[in-house]
Amino acid sequence: MEIKAFEMHEQALKFRAHRNEVLSSNIANADTPNYKARDLDFAAALKGAQGGTLSLKRTSEMHQQAWGTARSAGRLMYRVPMQPTLDGNTVEADVEQAAFAENALQYRASLAFLDGKVRSLRFAIKGGD
Amino acid sequence: MSLFKVIDVAGSAMNAQSVRLNVTSSNLANAGSVSGDPDKVYRARQPIFESFQHTLADQSGISGVRMTGVVESAAPLEVRYQPEHPEADENGNVYVSNVNNVQEMVNMISASRSYKNNVEIINTTKDLLMQTLSLGR
Repeated sequence: MEIKAFEMHEQALKFRAHRNEVLSSNIANADTPNYKARDLDFAAALKGAQGGTLSLKRTSEMHQQAWGTARSAGRLMYRVPMQPTLDGNTVEADVEQAAFAENALQYRASLAFLDGKVRSLRFAIKGGD
Repeated sequence: MSLFKVIDVAGSAMNAQSVRLNVTSSNLANAGSVSGDPDKVYRARQPIFESFQHTLADQSGISGVRMTGVVESAAPLEVRYQPEHPEADENGNVYVSNVNNVQEMVNMISASRSYKNNVEIINTTKDLLMQTLSLGR
């Protein structure tokens, strides 16, 4: 029997962990010349995780269908800087810090949802506390 | 567990920033040092940073920082006419190192802020990891 108890929270947690890595790379490279800050798009990743909304367009029925996966849907995009810099670095420390804090909070939210799921499952198995 | 990589990345950045801080302190310590030979005068040094990934094919967007080397500043030396100086050359000139105090102080503040940022990253990530480990308890 397949248990779908964790629903999308598991995927969300994976996405948040990956975004955490990308944002920390941005902050780590805040002083590296020519480094371009990157980020992941949650909406695209969610669409990808929900199913085959991300498939290649086919111009002939003979073509093979290529489905997008959750991994490729959460693809990296370069951030557009608000201010130019002389050394070609596009990391803006305050923007990255805000994004990092937001992402950490959302990771905690996903964790809290998962925690609730685990608790209620355990409650159901034991039939009480 | 992919969150562990964050600690590597932030650690590499802390390493790079601490080297930068070391170089800055060396520059400040040698600011104003003089010599009679322009080739022997201390010149301001700067570390060069570069982002790196473990493999070129890595598309995960995770990259740490590494130092590729230290370069010496090409800024002109100050020539000071000081014939009574024991190290003065035959024309009575001494050469003063080209360390710019203001630049070095700014560098120091920038390096220490970046270092602190990375410490915060590690703390937050460690927090998240600990919470993940205690899931369902």
